[in-house]
Amino acid sequence: MDVLPTIWFVAIGALWIGYLVLEGFDLGVGMHMLFTGRSDAQRRVMLNTIGPVWDGNEVWLLTAGAATFAAFPLWYASLFSTLYLPLVLVLLGLIFRAVSIEYRGKGATERWTRFWDFSIGIGSLVVAFGIGAALALTTTGLPINENGDRVGGPFVWLNGYAILGGLAVIGFCLVHGAAFLALKTDGPIREKTGKFLVRWSPVFLLPIVAWVLIIQFQHGTILSWALVVIAVVAVVIAWLSARAGREGRAFTGIAVFVAAGAGAIFAAVYPVVLPSTLDPAFSLTVSNASSGDYTLMVMSIVTGIFLPVVIAYQAWTYWVFRKRISETHIPTKHVVVAAVGK
Amino acid sequence: MDPVDIARWQFGITTVYHFLLVPLTLGLGPTVAIMQTMWVRTGNERYLRMTKFWGKLYLINFIMGVATGIVQEFQFGMAWSEYSRFVGDVFGAPLAMEGLLAFFIESTFLGLWIFGWNRLPKRLHLATLWLAVLGSIVSAFFIIAANSWMQHPVGIEFIDGRPVLTDIFAVLSNNTAIAAYTHTIFGALGVGGAFLLGIAWYQLWQRRKDNIDTVDAAGRVVVGENRTIPGRDKADHSVWITSLRWGAVVAIIGFAGVAITGDYQAKLMFEQQPMKMAAAEAACADGTGFSVLAFGDLAAQDCSQVTTVIEIPGLLSFLANGDFTTEVKGVNTLVPIYQDKYGTNLPDNPILGDRAGQAIDYVPLMAVTYWGFRLMIGFGALAAFAAVVALWMTRKGTVPKSKWLMRLALLGILAPFAASAAGWVFTEMGRQPFVVAPNPTPGGIDGVFMFTASAVSPGVEPWEMIVSLVALTLVYLALLVVEVGLLWKYARAGVAGVMPELDESHDDTDKTDDVLAFAY
Repeated sequence: MDVLPTIWFVAIGALWIGYLVLEGFDLGVGMHMLFTGRSDAQRRVMLNTIGPVWDGNEVWLLTAGAATFAAFPLWYASLFSTLYLPLVLVLLGLIFRAVSIEYRGKGATERWTRFWDFSIGIGSLVVAFGIGAALALTTTGLPINENGDRVGGPFVWLNGYAILGGLAVIGFCLVHGAAFLALKTDGPIREKTGKFLVRWSPVFLLPIVAWVLIIQFQHGTILSWALVVIAVVAVVIAWLSARAGREGRAFTGIAVFVAAGAGAIFAAVYPVVLPSTLDPAFSLTVSNASSGDYTLMVMSIVTGIFLPVVIAYQAWTYWVFRKRISETHIPTKHVVVAAVGK
Repeated sequence: MDPVDIARWQFGITTVYHFLLVPLTLGLGPTVAIMQTMWVRTGNERYLRMTKFWGKLYLINFIMGVATGIVQEFQFGMAWSEYSRFVGDVFGAPLAMEGLLAFFIESTFLGLWIFGWNRLPKRLHLATLWLAVLGSIVSAFFIIAANSWMQHPVGIEFIDGRPVLTDIFAVLSNNTAIAAYTHTIFGALGVGGAFLLGIAWYQLWQRRKDNIDTVDAAGRVVVGENRTIPGRDKADHSVWITSLRWGAVVAIIGFAGVAITGDYQAKLMFEQQPMKMAAAEAACADGTGFSVLAFGDLAAQDCSQVTTVIEIPGLLSFLANGDFTTEVKGVNTLVPIYQDKYGTNLPDNPILGDRAGQAIDYVPLMAVTYWGFRLMIGFGALAAFAAVVALWMTRKGTVPKSKWLMRLALLGILAPFAASAAGWVFTEMGRQPFVVAPNPTPGGIDGVFMFTASAVSPGVEPWEMIVSLVALTLVYLALLVVEVGLLWKYARAGVAGVMPELDESHDDTDKTDDVLAFAY
């Protein structure tokens, strides 16, 4: 067994789980802005729940990507080049979402804010779909040749698994976002998202459950099935808590659900990081796709020291902004005019 | 169309664009942090106003840097998969460290700073800004260290056809990285300084135009106020004159640092990438003179077509070696050396497609390197000169009433941007045809170099890259219009635009204690 590559497989799994748990609700809140907020004030309440934290959460994606590059360059190269077009969409979605969050409040007209709201929502949706498709495909396989290059053209990735993964992450984000909004707001948004959670979470979580189970039936191990059990217990508790109006517990339950569910997927596919659907001999594994021991050791030391620090200060951020937000907290819009004499 | 060309255009456009945003972040960040420090220390409201105003412009720009930065990380894998496979053992580590050690800090603490006004204790709130700024400065270091490894690979062995990392400290203390990093940071200060200077000049000019500030017989400013215009009180003047002077001083420090570090970097470059420097000079034959103006068809890549019109004898030797007599090798001398060391043709590898077996042209595009080098230096010098003149012209406390000078001051903001873009284009294009340049110095490892033509993703279709190139370029252009529009809107609004409490025409009656000090 390759010790360091295995540690790095776990580390990258952890980074992706961190991303799903944290950015999951950012993307969900973004999508909810399309239909849950009925007025500008309500949408501002929603946006400000993620305002201080979304950028820090997005770094989990960057770090997961960069860590994959550093620890498993062949995995990174094959996955990213094979999924060229969907990742272009993810990038465009991330660009639009980031810029929209910052710029939506800086224009005076309703058209301006509506455009950026729409852009936040669609951007979040596209990102969730693309990330879901990419994660699903790296567990179910892509047609890569001996060199790790794509065979079969730009759309060869577009199969049932890609769509399932995309829908899985969209559905999860909507549920997780609703749980976050129910926990972090007061007033109509809190009520609406609370109801959404009870009524719709069983439906919206179906695709992710399907993805987890498909992988388990194909590659399940004792460890991965144990994680599935944890995920199931967590999601049942989450739903019951949501019904009882216990928003903190519901949110935590959904976070544990996705962490254990994604963990189950990673544990089941190990040691393969990207299966080749052409020939199992071309599949990328933790041993044939990884960097050398020296690089992995350096990365282990750096990550071992700094990732706990990152988690600590990010946790502190949530503590600082722990209060619920409602429409009474939102300051009136200030019209910015040029300081010019007549 | 050749996929290499498309992928290069895409990388060039996205990188130069990203690096229009980054130096402003790097240059403005520490300046805003110092403003807030002054406010916390002195309690003088002038510094609070400066922090709020420049902080807002900082954030408008910052977000674009974040949004375009992630494209950079993804496209190594997407468009340059062969490159990623070849260098992954070394190149990925600094990128991952950037995320863990720098970008997390930058993003998390900036969020705390934006939303932490009135919520965090004053000093803690100040600390969050310093941490965010520090994060951005450290972040730049890791990225430059990764880039410098492509310019000058160190800290490695060559095993099974791939460079394998053996010494991370060598990568992080690469002399190329130290030179490029300091050069970049000082350049960013130049950008930030000119930005402060230009906008503060505009504001002072606007105050004079509206007859708020006047000058006495000796030319000294007489500060006035106009209560009908939001924010135009007497303290407003001090905000702008202080910003202007800070801007000029920061810019001058930046340009002085750029000159010193640039000289160091050039000396390294003559050693490490002699062809880049020969191409920067369009120097075909060996010589000692620095070309000031060359005519002829540089694009023809043909030395017989280039005529140097003005030359400063000995200066090239001075740039390269610190004396006036040592001859610097020209293109004609270097090409055979390169062919001998690194081959005359690309390998006959099927993954290279049409490019397999192609002859290698070792001379970078001379028209680009020659003019890139001169535009970098020219715009930098111009901006430095302008900063000194601006400081002198405003010594009596305000700016002249001239509209043209105001326009020139605003236009001057662009000069250091142009210089830094030209510098990057020069250093990246000058490295061609290599994506990882060989290391010819004594520590270099044989075999560790890569041609750009071998680096693109073999499995990606050219039209896919055209789609992304067109999409990203259009989106970037549209967002540039939006960003500049917003910057200009807030620049014109002055301090009242970011501190509604200064606007006396509106009475905020709905003030409760618990409103968010800042909200999107």
